[in-house]
Amino acid sequence: MKKLILVSLSAALAATCATAAFAAGHTKTGVSIGLQLEPPHLDPTAGAAGAIDDVTYANVFEGLTRINQNGEVLPALATSWDISEDGLTYVFDLAEGVTFHDGTSFDAEDAKFSLERILAEDSENAQKALYAAIESVEATNATTLTVTLDKPDGKLLFSLGWGDAVMVAPESADDNKANPVGTGPFKFAEWTKGSSLTLEKNAEYWSDDVALESATFRFISDPAAAFNAMMSGDLDAFPNFPAPENIIQFEADPRFEVVIGSTEGETILSTNNAKPPFDNVKVRQAMAHAINRQSIIDGAMFGYGTPIGTHFAPHHPAYKDLTGAYEYDVEKARALLAEAGFPDGFEATIKLPPPAYARRGGEIIAGDLRKIGIDLQIIPVEWNVWLPEVFKAKDYDLTIVSHTEPLDIGIYARDDYYFQFDNDEFDALIEQVNAEADPDKANELYAQAQQILSDNAVNGFLFQLAKHGVWNKDLEGMWENAPIQGVDLTGVSWAQ
Amino acid sequence: MITYVLRRLGFALATLVFASILIFAVTEILPGDAAQISLGVNATDETLAAKRRDLGLDRSAHERYTSWMTGFVTGDLGRSYTYDVPVTELIGGRIWISLPLALLSLALSTAIAIPVGVLAASRRGSMVDSGIMGLTQLGIAIPNFWLALMLVVLFALTWRILPAGGFPGWDEGFWPAFRALILPSVALALPQASILARVMRSSLIETMGEDYMRTARAKGLPQRAVLWRHGVRNALIPVVTIMGLQFAFLIAGTIIIENIFYIPGLGSLVFNAIRQSDLITVQSVVLMLVASVIFINLLVDIAYAIVDPRIRTARARG
Repeated sequence: MKKLILVSLSAALAATCATAAFAAGHTKTGVSIGLQLEPPHLDPTAGAAGAIDDVTYANVFEGLTRINQNGEVLPALATSWDISEDGLTYVFDLAEGVTFHDGTSFDAEDAKFSLERILAEDSENAQKALYAAIESVEATNATTLTVTLDKPDGKLLFSLGWGDAVMVAPESADDNKANPVGTGPFKFAEWTKGSSLTLEKNAEYWSDDVALESATFRFISDPAAAFNAMMSGDLDAFPNFPAPENIIQFEADPRFEVVIGSTEGETILSTNNAKPPFDNVKVRQAMAHAINRQSIIDGAMFGYGTPIGTHFAPHHPAYKDLTGAYEYDVEKARALLAEAGFPDGFEATIKLPPPAYARRGGEIIAGDLRKIGIDLQIIPVEWNVWLPEVFKAKDYDLTIVSHTEPLDIGIYARDDYYFQFDNDEFDALIEQVNAEADPDKANELYAQAQQILSDNAVNGFLFQLAKHGVWNKDLEGMWENAPIQGVDLTGVSWAQ
Repeated sequence: MITYVLRRLGFALATLVFASILIFAVTEILPGDAAQISLGVNATDETLAAKRRDLGLDRSAHERYTSWMTGFVTGDLGRSYTYDVPVTELIGGRIWISLPLALLSLALSTAIAIPVGVLAASRRGSMVDSGIMGLTQLGIAIPNFWLALMLVVLFALTWRILPAGGFPGWDEGFWPAFRALILPSVALALPQASILARVMRSSLIETMGEDYMRTARAKGLPQRAVLWRHGVRNALIPVVTIMGLQFAFLIAGTIIIENIFYIPGLGSLVFNAIRQSDLITVQSVVLMLVASVIFINLLVDIAYAIVDPRIRTARARG
């Protein structure tokens, strides 16, 4: 009877639903994009959530500079710039005829306001420290902005390309969380919280027109649901698909294109360098020899990811391949551990945040380390526990995290950072590289810094997180790599 | 009757106040810092302090509880730490998804369970009865999230007759919105219906052995009338009890089901708010859910009294 009811129910549904399903199908001017996380709000200058940038970066808001999909700095609202000999004065020429979405014009005063807002005392900018070198900002005239630094900053043009430094207007800045008003080629249209967000083409855009008329972001946190949404055709693209185990199914389906790209995410076994026995470099080196990177990539990420031997992105020109520094060698690891005074190993904990790379990777690492006598107790934690406990209070032995900020090797020089790595030579190198304006010289210094991290085996350097892009095969212009957080739709179009 | 209702109402209010203290205390103990979650790992201490001030997190727990409760009474639930909009606005947008979903599931499970239970009871011991018992056993054993995934695979991916998830909003018209709720409500309803059908069956079997049933048959009423007018009606009391209890499970079930179908309802709101330490939203939504469960149970209590006058007199005396 129950079965009968089910069958008749489904038959009735089938009859009534079929018509609606066939009427659907996308018009080729809009695009529907899946994101795993929903932005908490839409102001990229007041929050660290990557999802804010996914929606707004390059689409709604623009900065003085912008980053392209290869990680290069390009002009944006600043069309050109001059840097003084001493590296302390930047003069930006701003684009003319630019208006915000509310119709007000963009000029040097707005740029001054935007930068000063980052530096203000009550600023809620999550990356305030990136712009700390800025001493003053002057609007020389309507289209000229002069930025003066108190010390040279070789990364300033790159930092200005982050979503955290986009240009906003004094008239609308306070409402940007709910109603973002930028200068970009798309305007904010509608946000159904918990479900979807729609952008529409900005007809008055100051630069080259975009091909898409509209874009809808849909927020689907459950990986199985994300898979279903792609398979059923509800979505045209998932710029970074959350479950690597499903990639093979997309590859087998002729409707989709699968593009595995790179990200800025160095996935590492973060180690508490101040806490015994991890304060002993021999212990850390023993662990480095005991960890089999490829088995972690294969087991936790289904083969997607590039092994790294230091805290640097392999696609960056300054990258130094140090993956061979500690070859996988259990005997050598045991010997080092014995030298360090732990012939029988020891017990420790590993706190694992929610992402699959951590939870699955942690199991594999625990297995690897058990072979040399290090017995790990696995403690799964949520992010809202990980932040105060591990990151702030440094109450941990080991944890696994992907550090996703671009070019962030400088975190090892920070006082009181959760790795608790303290090395004067390294700190001096970072200070030098931050002030270095010549890219070649900077790259040389970066290489030296990478070598120090490897020599000290500060953390277990595992792999660079891959970006699993999946989209409709007719969709063109999606970013392959993710050098910065964002889903840039300015170059996206449908094949004719 | 009025004293009885007032007394139940008093109990309900006391439970609600107790629940509010418990909810606040529990969320207070939870680790996590909404400011840190919002600003991430690179935020300076100065920026974090500014954010905490902005959110009102620099006030004492006592102050925050008092302002939360005074707000609750006046219909102001505070501002979400994460979304920076009034919590009432967040709830308002979602309740018209979760409530229809819960009611649809309840209606569906009742519509399936009662005829199935009656059928099984009236043919007790037959093949039909054993078949139904087997199927309902299966229905109870299958977790609803698995059932949900299977429904999606069949109806959305294989036959493509229903959406795999999402909710277009009631603005898009009744039918598109209703379509989006079909699979989630079936996934929620089937396990519930299995329990309910078994309760209906055993209750009816018990009722059919009562003296008044024999009397009804003896006075010559047709079998069908005996079954429905005397049997089913009397057998419904335990069924209504279970339905009231199930409503709480239904609310809890929507948290998982809404995530599987990416439906922007209250369940997914709570789920995401917990992950982001948006405690004011968690507190308010949970208290609202508690209030609705208490309200439903109040209605069930009153419904008993209507169905069975003995209950109200017994309670009034005791």
